[in-house]
Amino acid sequence: MNFTVDGRQVFAYTAAQAIDEAKPTIVFVHGAGLDHSIFGLQSRYFGYHGHNVLALDLPAHGRSEGPPLGTVQEMADWVMRLLDAAKLQTAAVVGHSMGSLVALECAVRHPGRVGRIALLGTTYPMKVSDAFLQAAKENRQDAYDMETIWGHSAQAALGANPNPGMWMYGESLARLGRLAPGVLYSDLNACHTYAGGEAAAAAVRCPVLLVLGRRDQMTPAKAGAAFARTLPNARLVQLEASGHSLMTEAPDATLDTLIEFFRS
Amino acid sequence: MAGPKYPGFDTLALHAGQSPDPATGSRAVPVYQTTSYVFRDSEHAASLFNMERAGHVYSRISNPTVAVLEERMAALEGGVGAIATASGQAALHLAVATLMDAGSHIVASNSLYGGSHNLLGYTLKRFGIDTTFVAPGTPENFRKAIRPNTRLLFAETLGNPGLEVLDVPAVAEVAHAAGLPLLVDATFTTPYLMKPFELGADLLYHSATKFLGGHGVAIGGVLVDSGRFDWEKSGKFPQLTAPYSGFHNMDFEEESGTRAFLLRARREGLRDFGACMAPMTAFQILQGIETLHLRMPRHVENTRKVVQLLAGNPAVAQVVYPELPEHPGHALAKKLLPRGCGAVLTVDIKGGREAGKRFIEALRVFSHLANVGDAKSLVIHPASTTHYRMSDEDLARAGIGAGTVRLSVGLEDAGDLVEDLGRALSASQKSVAQK
Repeated sequence: MNFTVDGRQVFAYTAAQAIDEAKPTIVFVHGAGLDHSIFGLQSRYFGYHGHNVLALDLPAHGRSEGPPLGTVQEMADWVMRLLDAAKLQTAAVVGHSMGSLVALECAVRHPGRVGRIALLGTTYPMKVSDAFLQAAKENRQDAYDMETIWGHSAQAALGANPNPGMWMYGESLARLGRLAPGVLYSDLNACHTYAGGEAAAAAVRCPVLLVLGRRDQMTPAKAGAAFARTLPNARLVQLEASGHSLMTEAPDATLDTLIEFFRS
Repeated sequence: MAGPKYPGFDTLALHAGQSPDPATGSRAVPVYQTTSYVFRDSEHAASLFNMERAGHVYSRISNPTVAVLEERMAALEGGVGAIATASGQAALHLAVATLMDAGSHIVASNSLYGGSHNLLGYTLKRFGIDTTFVAPGTPENFRKAIRPNTRLLFAETLGNPGLEVLDVPAVAEVAHAAGLPLLVDATFTTPYLMKPFELGADLLYHSATKFLGGHGVAIGGVLVDSGRFDWEKSGKFPQLTAPYSGFHNMDFEEESGTRAFLLRARREGLRDFGACMAPMTAFQILQGIETLHLRMPRHVENTRKVVQLLAGNPAVAQVVYPELPEHPGHALAKKLLPRGCGAVLTVDIKGGREAGKRFIEALRVFSHLANVGDAKSLVIHPASTTHYRMSDEDLARAGIGAGTVRLSVGLEDAGDLVEDLGRALSASQKSVAQK
């Protein structure tokens, strides 16, 4: 469904359902260089099980017009303006990777509108290596390769995708291939420079779920678990068979964890 | 700091798409010889049907053994995914049926496998899908034939049987300038010799019966999507970008982005047309793929020795193989096919149809049959077999003469192949002399 935010046309997947103000809403926020389709299975489930879903494309991603937003805080405020455009007052926010930082900031900056947050593939600080940043800054192919390879567990290199017939690396590279130059760098830089994690952890009051992949090469589970200990009201779930791309590497376990969180 | 590396082709050929079986530890790909899969509960069943969970429901739509083949081919080709089909022809039909309706139009090379020519030139016409055939050697020919209702450009990477080398980058540029995808039949080249997606093609398919399976034991096809074509931006494919009442008003592109084509092809094409691959077939083709990187160099090496013999034999009027300097695609082949031009070639035997017949019948190692890409060497006379439904004019346009013989060079001892061919060439000319 298309919305107008800040005068620009932007997109959020709603599972082809009309927005119903009487239903609870879940917003899905993707990570660096990704788009709404990374949450395909999970967002569709909730869209058909009693929720409004807004699996959004951040500006300059997927179907949303650019330019990209340069900081995590700007993205969080933008998510609220998208809720305004959808005429929705409150929502839960599920964020992956960069999107998890956005979800955290949503909860802290807009506590009256965000009832709970789920942080997938997360850690803080979310530092990005100089080599990765530089490659992205120069729009080099190896930036997309790093995003693809480190964005999955080592096993994903050889496949065995739970989604029959699909190759995770190929999907990642094709998705990244559609990004405008500079967008991946903007996203990675937003992660790298985000410095609000400690303050946000101290300020967040709503229930928090963290879902980490034990084989994560981008945001290692050990670091994510350490961050979880700084968050009050946080529940930590670690999935054995997944890397950073939990929604595609372990789609059912990720969905089951989210279902349980939203039922509790 | 060096970046991370992708697994090499040889590793992917052996491993991609499979983890050791979690239930049994089986290292080989298990053959899941089952039609259907037990649901955990009613909600799980409903979620699988509504595409809220990944998994298998019914083996016409997907099967764990077939999925290994699909993912392995996607990895080898650099695509987002693949769908294995009952045959190469089923893969071509699935691509066309997913992308277009009655009233649509295709621009295709006129140098195609006879079965593809039949499908496009006759059968699809009955369903309102027209095809204009063009000589593939000049990319401009494709552009000139594009109409407002054109929805696909289609050609073989190496034409059959003339072995025209498709200028994939140039034809892809023509297609993309018109907002259209390029589909190639990559059967003769395999991902070992050419990566069409790296050259600009958007979709490809193989007759997996041929070099992928490699041993002449199973019929199958596989359709692979690069995921690079932007259906939304093109604006010509409501099949993928508008709500579809046949699947809960799903907008496939909105739903899945780069997976849109394969999503509709699987969820509609396999569901409704049903030309799926059997799990045992997938297993057999996977066995072939595991040695593709070993077999293809030997196929090419043997073919070069055969070509050398034929090109210097007085009984031969012409040898058609792109590595020969006189082949019109020679320069392009050096650029696009640096690992070799495959193992199929054609030969015009002096003396026409009768000499060709005598040649085939004198062969002892080469088997006379309708196939290519077997580990065993094969031979056929296209004008009376694979291309027999084509008119003389169409045959001439496709570079097929009355005495043209097609060879598929196998993995036998090259000396035995050369000896066999030399003897048969002599026999062919005795028949000419007797007349």
